[in-house]
Amino acid sequence: MSGYAQDVVALARKDLTLELRARDTLPAMLLFVLSMLVVFHFVLPAGGSRLAANGLLWVAIVFTALLGLTRAFAAEREHGLLDGLVLAPCDRSAIWLGKSIAMLGFLVAAEVVALPAFALFFGAVDGTTVAAVALANLGICAVGTLIAAMASAGRARELLLPLLFLPLSIPIVIGGVGATVADDPGRYLAFLALYDALFAVLSWASFEYVVTE
Amino acid sequence: MWGDGGGRVITARRLEKRFGDKRVLRGLDFELPRGATLLVTGANGSGKTTLLRLCAGLAAPTRGELEVRAQRRDIGYLGHEPLVYRELTALENLELYGRLYRVPERRERIGMLLERFGLWDARGERAGSFSRGMLQRLALCRALLHEPELLLLDEPFNALDSEGAALLDAELAELARERTLLVATHDPERLAPFATGTLALA
Amino acid sequence: MSTWSRNSALSASALLLLVGGIALAFYWAPEDADQGFSQKIFYIHVPVALTAYAFFAWGAWKALRHLWTRGERYDLESYTAIHMGVIFGLLTLATGSIWAKISWGIWWSWGQRQLVLFLILFLFYCAYFMLRFSTDVGPARANLSAVYAVFGIVLLPVSFLAIRLAEGFLHPVLFERDGPQMTGEMFVAFCVCLAGVLALAAALYANELTGKRIDARLRELREALA
Repeated sequence: MSGYAQDVVALARKDLTLELRARDTLPAMLLFVLSMLVVFHFVLPAGGSRLAANGLLWVAIVFTALLGLTRAFAAEREHGLLDGLVLAPCDRSAIWLGKSIAMLGFLVAAEVVALPAFALFFGAVDGTTVAAVALANLGICAVGTLIAAMASAGRARELLLPLLFLPLSIPIVIGGVGATVADDPGRYLAFLALYDALFAVLSWASFEYVVTE
Repeated sequence: MWGDGGGRVITARRLEKRFGDKRVLRGLDFELPRGATLLVTGANGSGKTTLLRLCAGLAAPTRGELEVRAQRRDIGYLGHEPLVYRELTALENLELYGRLYRVPERRERIGMLLERFGLWDARGERAGSFSRGMLQRLALCRALLHEPELLLLDEPFNALDSEGAALLDAELAELARERTLLVATHDPERLAPFATGTLALA
Repeated sequence: MSTWSRNSALSASALLLLVGGIALAFYWAPEDADQGFSQKIFYIHVPVALTAYAFFAWGAWKALRHLWTRGERYDLESYTAIHMGVIFGLLTLATGSIWAKISWGIWWSWGQRQLVLFLILFLFYCAYFMLRFSTDVGPARANLSAVYAVFGIVLLPVSFLAIRLAEGFLHPVLFERDGPQMTGEMFVAFCVCLAGVLALAAALYANELTGKRIDARLRELREALA
């Protein structure tokens, strides 16, 4: 395995281990997404279309991801640990990649609970939706991790993260909802893949500048 | 490894660092020759920490020139924060840094350092349960793990108890002989035996 | 040419071109066959929109220059460009809404792709300002702003594509407005207006940048004396 890959694995393992020990982010995400789904039931008036519920699934995913992302660099900022990683000889983008992979793990874990719960409350979830969720996860984690690093450099970081992230998440939501409800999901899945590719490369390339002066 | 510069590891010319409107370092000139041990003294807020962070590459100068002829893998940094993850054990912390710094014979080196600084028995405990003194010792292990040629130490005796201080004294004597050191301290007498020079910040 | 005289020249030419352009648009160019007088807003709305795009692109370019060379001037130039872009973006939303109200009797329709795009960009670049305000002045803030500005310019076409795709399941009411069948005179008037708005943009940018630079110098001098 190349040095870069080894760094990424070491860093991702570090984040996953930290969460396993602290056990604060993932339970919060699970509880949050379930609460959201219950709220959605009361938000959809009778006779409302099934499609509306499908759209709301994406609201749940984006906001649950936001909750997780708020914690993404918490340890690093709390104890100045980002310095330790920036000092290391590894490529700074490896920090981003390792953290994104860990975030992806948390998000998928939350969805493993959320999607069946959604199916239980609102009706079955088809394969296309799962594919769309999988593709959207990549984009959310790629962009979200970079934005989380940005937000954590400032003062009102919990406020700043959603403000920076939400406009960037609009194309993801459009792609996801489209794949879920439209007749020809192929276009939307392709669009999600395009978004993922573009913004993953951009995030990978620019992370260096976000964590150094 | 050192490149040109006539054996000078760090060269600073008219170095300035500003935070917003506040100038912390102004027009600083100094050189750190290879093998030297330079003490940086000054009152609180005089910029000792800032200077070390600049040399470590954690911050960029506002103005002036700063040349550090050492790569990241050759720099060891000890700041005010121990830079260890509280939820990981001492061993796991050093394992992580050992991997990132590509330390050869990682396990042996980690074991040796933990023993030398009296942390071997606590190696499997979460760093969050350590006392401040133990954290500082673990931070020293982290900084020395990859046998760096250039050591940047920011008040290393902070928070150390007498036992830890004695261990560090012994370690520093050896390091000052073999490596290049830049040490910020408000207690220069203690380090005077090892020092080759002093840089006083206003 | 000194900064003051250059800025003055820009402002003067902007004034001339803009007044000339508007005069041409309102008094000389014929009315559009379909839309009548309300179409005249097009002479302002489209140039303003194009200028906003240009500002965001210019801001992203300066941001890239900053990341590439870390030259001192680029951060301020990028910030000013985006600042102007947001102002022109707001103008675009305003003129677009006015045009919609006059043409179809409603202030806002999700079917107007360009306006929806500007709404998203407006949100994005407002967050840019929040990012700058919540970070301390320094190289870190300049880096973060620059990266975010580059994200913005990539988001622009991606969002536009997304908006078009969204119509596939949102089915908003699309008010089709045939691009004005421009006669030669209308085209001339449009070009003069476009030149005028761009000149105005350049003048505003130059003046704003000069102002910001003077502010920075003043702070430096004050600090040096302290």
